[in-house]
Amino acid sequence: MNTTTINDIAAAEQGTSLWKDAWIRLRKNRLAVFGLVVLALFTAIALITPWIAPYGYETQDLNLGASPPSAAHWLGTDIFGRDLMTQIMYGGRISLAVGFVATSVALLIGVTWGAIAGYAGGRVDAVMMRLVDIIYALPFMIFIVLLMVVFGRNLLLLFLAIGAVEWLTMARIMRSQVQALRQQEFVEAAISLGLSPAAIIRRHLIPNALGPVIVYTTLTIPSVMLLEAFLSFLGLGIQPPQTSWGLLISYGAETMEEYPWLLIFPGGALTLTLFALNFLGDGLRDALDVRSSKD
Amino acid sequence: MPLLDVKNLTVTFTTRNGVTTAVDEVSFSVEPGQITAIIGESGSGKSVACYSLLGLIPQPPGCVEGGEATFEGADLLQMNQRELRKIRGRDIAMIFQDPMTCLNPYMKIGAQLIEPLVYHKKISVQQARTRAIELLEEVGIRDPHTTIDNYPHEFSGGMRQRVMIAMALINEPKLLIADEPTTALDVTIQAQILQLMADLQKKRDIGIIFISHDLAVVADIADQIIVMQNGKVVERGGRQAIFEKAQHPYTRKLLAAIPAGSKQADENQNDTLITVNNLCTWFDQGRNMPPVKAVNDVSFNLNKGEVLGLVGESGSGKSTIGRSLLRLVPITSGSVTFDGIDTTQLRGRELKTMRRRMQMIFQDPYASLNPRMSVYDTLAEPLLLHGIESRKTVERGVLKLMDDVGLARNFVRKYPHEFSGGQRQRIAIGRALATRPEFVVADEPVSALDVTIQAQILELMQALGREYGLTMLFVSHDLAVVRHIADRILVLYEGEIVEQGSGDALFNNPQENYTRQLLQSIPGRALLA
Amino acid sequence: MWRFVGLRLLQAIPVILAVITVTFFLVRMAPGGPFDAEKAVIPEVKAALEAQYKLDLPIFQQYTAYLGDLAQGDLGPSFKYPGRSVNELIAAGLPATAELGLYALLVAISIGGLAGVIASLKPNTAQDYLPMSAAMIGICMPSFLLGPLLVLVFGIYLEWLPVSGWGDLPGDKILPALTLGSTYAAYIARLSRAGMLEVMSQDYIRTARAKGLPEWQVITKHALRGGLIPVVAFLGPAFAGLLSGSFVVETIFQIPGLGRFYVQAAFNRDYTMILGTTVFLSTLIVLFNLLSDILAAWMNPRLRTQQGGH
Repeated sequence: MNTTTINDIAAAEQGTSLWKDAWIRLRKNRLAVFGLVVLALFTAIALITPWIAPYGYETQDLNLGASPPSAAHWLGTDIFGRDLMTQIMYGGRISLAVGFVATSVALLIGVTWGAIAGYAGGRVDAVMMRLVDIIYALPFMIFIVLLMVVFGRNLLLLFLAIGAVEWLTMARIMRSQVQALRQQEFVEAAISLGLSPAAIIRRHLIPNALGPVIVYTTLTIPSVMLLEAFLSFLGLGIQPPQTSWGLLISYGAETMEEYPWLLIFPGGALTLTLFALNFLGDGLRDALDVRSSKD
Repeated sequence: MPLLDVKNLTVTFTTRNGVTTAVDEVSFSVEPGQITAIIGESGSGKSVACYSLLGLIPQPPGCVEGGEATFEGADLLQMNQRELRKIRGRDIAMIFQDPMTCLNPYMKIGAQLIEPLVYHKKISVQQARTRAIELLEEVGIRDPHTTIDNYPHEFSGGMRQRVMIAMALINEPKLLIADEPTTALDVTIQAQILQLMADLQKKRDIGIIFISHDLAVVADIADQIIVMQNGKVVERGGRQAIFEKAQHPYTRKLLAAIPAGSKQADENQNDTLITVNNLCTWFDQGRNMPPVKAVNDVSFNLNKGEVLGLVGESGSGKSTIGRSLLRLVPITSGSVTFDGIDTTQLRGRELKTMRRRMQMIFQDPYASLNPRMSVYDTLAEPLLLHGIESRKTVERGVLKLMDDVGLARNFVRKYPHEFSGGQRQRIAIGRALATRPEFVVADEPVSALDVTIQAQILELMQALGREYGLTMLFVSHDLAVVRHIADRILVLYEGEIVEQGSGDALFNNPQENYTRQLLQSIPGRALLA
Repeated sequence: MWRFVGLRLLQAIPVILAVITVTFFLVRMAPGGPFDAEKAVIPEVKAALEAQYKLDLPIFQQYTAYLGDLAQGDLGPSFKYPGRSVNELIAAGLPATAELGLYALLVAISIGGLAGVIASLKPNTAQDYLPMSAAMIGICMPSFLLGPLLVLVFGIYLEWLPVSGWGDLPGDKILPALTLGSTYAAYIARLSRAGMLEVMSQDYIRTARAKGLPEWQVITKHALRGGLIPVVAFLGPAFAGLLSGSFVVETIFQIPGLGRFYVQAAFNRDYTMILGTTVFLSTLIVLFNLLSDILAAWMNPRLRTQQGGH
């Protein structure tokens, strides 16, 4: 018997897994790489803001008042003389946190729900997805406004409320993935090999369903951040002393005639982040070859 | 003078990996009133060659690099899109492979049928409709007066292909290009469509280019045959010449790949391995619908070491029988006894042990392998799961399997998308054999493969069957393939067994009408017998 | 088809009922009654007020009473505007909101659809990148940012258009409609591009070309219908988005519409008004969803000609 080990042989021909292939394609997509870099940068800044912010969060300079960008205040100051860059950095922490946390909530509920419905099939699936359909038909934006009105502007509640809206699509995507995969012959092959359901889910279903979930997650973050900014703009989301980009934009809009930088810089920060996330999401969609999978 | 004279046609495609020459200096001519068949496997450039004549390849990435194609005194390759449009659908019409996707699902067939007529001949919609109804009648559509206002999904596959043919003929073209027009159809439907095309061609005396991967399909109808390989024409000649004295080795290989002859049943097959009694597998369709009786009261035996062929058209329940035996679909009633054990009642550990002893090889090697697992992962999974190899010895086991199925060892870390269809099917066979099964269900294992690959895989399966002492249920729509590999054949129709017997008995002396019809539908019988 | 319509209608009823129930109890669960804020209210007056608004009844009776009123189309009185009913307030705000929504929808469909179809005709060329970049901007530039920016540029710096109002000055409807419609124009552009690309790669498009039809006929007669089905199905969600978007746009441009009333009611804790408006808007959204679903299904002959259920 030949004693060559696999690694000796494999050295000759390394395969390219689909993940590796996707990564190579993503790297070639300039916009997606730009998105990834911007996102990484903003996230890093948000994490270390308290240590690198040029001014204290509540430091006011009432004598200065609103001033345009200068050497001391790169992005200018607001009407209380607070440094705008510091405000934007702290606001970004909240905006990004809402984006990531609420998306995680949606991811967790949606993927579990969809996977169970898709795998169980039959009546369980019918009941679970009917429920999703009904909740889907509810006008959620209005409900979130209502929740904020009724329970006050509570950050935790905001996370939960937004997460509760966004999980629905996630569940639908996951279910259709699992359902499509279950009918694939390689899953039948795994069943006929005698693999346990847990092993089938772990080794055969999840790795193949991951692509669309990753893409949709990336695209959910910006829509969550938008939702937060929307509510904060209306005065129904984050409230002072905390701040977020939506809130800064709303202040900026009030005084834009005299102090346009107060609108333009927070707006720019939000838009840039949304661009980055959307470019990354689109790039991942192409790289992972995910077709539009709404249902 | 030929109807169409193509000289030195060259077409290239620019892809991520550089420029490939899809059609390389191809020359052929089509005589009026004749059927010219272009034969080749996937990637041979046979379709691209014909599509590029009519400007129907996407440019870019495609590009016609050179050549000329004289049709009625003018060079098609020199024409711009506007000039080509005047020819397409009027002088040269096309029929495509898949009738399910080639008709617009959002338009009534009548509206689609009359489009070429109204557009090219500028006649009134009413006149065009009258003509369309006549033509539908001629191609064998029932009640054309009413069905003309149906949507495509209201027709079966065969009927849709008839509609496509009517649409192609509505302007009485001089040349018809048919791209694999029967490949997606059941064998009996295929025979009907081939007959219809031959009749219509004779009546109208038009030229036809018939593109196919299957020499047998054109054996009865082609006047002239052109064989293509890797973008080049390797051989051309009259039908008789090609089938009787082919010169080029590739043509001979194609001819040899057509399964022929009957397997001689082995003597020592008397121990029963599997007994199937009154098997029923029905599928629910929802509350107020009757269940689909995919398999209805089927009984048969399988002897140890025997290859049992299961033949039927789509919807005959042949795949469902295989899956019912392996407990991949829940059965409705009946029993399956494997080596004295009733498999329908097994659970847990016992079921897992039983699964080790019975394996399946699937039709589509693109879908039957997990795209995220390398060859090593795919083959090691069953070896480790059933303790056939230990962690220490599993590498050797994987390599042994790769040797057995004829895969080069240095591919062991590669992923399914890096292999061709034939190689993938080898991996899938390796996976099935990994558990050292006694019984294998092969569900159309070669029907998604090119003909030459098909022959290799069949040979491999026969060799491995002997080596591993396998009992096999070989499911296929292709009678010739089954006759070639099976000791005994069951003919299925709508979920029930209509006839069974050895290959020779069935072919030489069929008892049932349906079997006879099936046999008569085998393309190229006359020439290949 | 009728079976499908019937089924979807039947599904809409529990949804609307759920909306009413959830909203009702949510509002009642709110900490502090509606009259707690005004500290000066003496107990007797408060009791009288609570009796007037049926707040003294057990909550379940309040609920059934509310359902009963609803069934007669009565959304109840407003807490904050004594003497005015929620019906009156909605009637006062609806025309402006409806008009704004209609214009925004027209902007979204016409600009978005056109941009998407144009982009899909020559994928990966300037003709594709240009409108799609614009669409990306539309998606990343939310209405509450775009609105002020448009006002700043066209209202304040250039002084081409009025900065606020509704029907008072010529052209004062342009900026609000653009602001509200832009995001949805962007979504529709992306959807219609994807839909068209999908359809244009179908075999039946090749068939249409093989017939010799000119390209514009291939597109208009064969591709558009299938390609735009996703857009039609999106109109329901888009409508819901437009309604909630009108909260912001009406606030920015000071339009006396339903959205602004709603936000004001939210700030004033005008519970009956919130309840009434939520129920009203929700019902509208559910019905619009239903409509766009039915329209999308009707465009697909496979669904339309289906007799029984499959």
